[in-house]
Amino acid sequence: LPERSTNLLGVRHILLVLSGKGGVGKSTLSTELALALRHRGLRVGILDVDLCGPSIPRMLRVQDRAVHQCDSGWVPVFVGQDGAIALMSIGFLLERPDDAVVWRGPKKNALIKQFVTDVAWGDLDFLIVDTPPGTSDEHISTVEALRPYRLLGAILVTTPQ
Amino acid sequence: PAEAAELRERLRAVRHTVLVLSGKGGVGKSTLSAALAHGLAADERRQIALLDIDICGPSIPKMMGLEGEQVHQSGSGWSPVYVEENLGVMSVGFLLSSPDDAVIWRGPKKNGLIKQFLRDVDWGEIDYLIVDTPPGTSDEHLSIVQYLSATHVDGAVIVTTPQEISLQDVRKEINFCHKVKLPIIGVVENMSGFVCPKCKKESQIFPPTTGGAEKMCQNLNVSLLGKVPLDPQIGRSCDRGQSFLSEAPESPATLSYRNIIQRIQEYCEQHHSQEERMI
Repeated sequence: LPERSTNLLGVRHILLVLSGKGGVGKSTLSTELALALRHRGLRVGILDVDLCGPSIPRMLRVQDRAVHQCDSGWVPVFVGQDGAIALMSIGFLLERPDDAVVWRGPKKNALIKQFVTDVAWGDLDFLIVDTPPGTSDEHISTVEALRPYRLLGAILVTTPQ
Repeated sequence: PAEAAELRERLRAVRHTVLVLSGKGGVGKSTLSAALAHGLAADERRQIALLDIDICGPSIPKMMGLEGEQVHQSGSGWSPVYVEENLGVMSVGFLLSSPDDAVIWRGPKKNGLIKQFLRDVDWGEIDYLIVDTPPGTSDEHLSIVQYLSATHVDGAVIVTTPQEISLQDVRKEINFCHKVKLPIIGVVENMSGFVCPKCKKESQIFPPTTGGAEKMCQNLNVSLLGKVPLDPQIGRSCDRGQSFLSEAPESPATLSYRNIIQRIQEYCEQHHSQEERMI
């Protein structure tokens, strides 16, 4: 089992938002869910592991922000009306927003592991993990990296057809 | 090098190759690939091949009415599954024992299958090879470009929907094409408006808040091949495995698709004859 980093120990529930299919509204749901939970006064974070098509930063109007490092790892970007939702996305690491992340699996896996263990989330009630479409590297690596922690479960998104 | 020679040999009899790409999922790549295949295959003198390299979410078998079909082996390799005499299809969907089986593979295994699709399938002589891809810019995309360097690729058709959330990912895809020196035939904007069949009023279901594909194409100097309106008949035809162009010949979406197919064809034939003249 991967080593437990301390960064996720303060997170009470981890929720994965999945679909096999693209374009059905995973990122939209992840964002709305985070905003709704925050509205109820809960402490919320979003982890966007869609490396090729990170949508969350734009949805929360923070596509121009950058991330910084601290002693315990990366500091998430704080978003939402009261700036209290913690967000980490590869979108923040791109030099130019139109840069394609053209990586093969192993490189993606390495970054996802970092994203899961090296972000200083602090204490959260919910961490929502938004994923890309499919059942491949990102999904396998994310589930593997999250296994030692309180993985509540997955919400699956679809459209009617 | 031995591998590359093997692929080159297998793909020698392919005249034109078109990749259908998008950074974004769910914008209608497979729908367009299927329509393109049917549209081109309407000319019975042409031999068309449709290759589905979406390993995790293969939509092509269902869209072509070929669910449940299996791949047969012969002495000359794997047989494509034929929809028409002149339209053959290959997809991981045909290799699954059940349509709900998840293919949970990491990159290298996916790459291996894509190579097999190109090397081991007995496509025969083909006028057009259409390659449907999954969303993203990852293993499948790098591999197909690499393997297809053994043949001539006419270019990529990039699919989007009007909203900025899609265009954001599509710009990345356009940059991917530039990076790997893949010519861009043009962009198709799907789900571009909806005309109510009752009152005929047009609505923008996915508002182009940043100017849609039109503005993006202007900014990035790529061709806009066409805009296809939303039509519930499209989704229905896909679910039923029927050719939308045949099922709804009067739909404005069919007209758009036909124009787009025409433009893709013209691009391929034009560039081909340019190259022939250069030789």
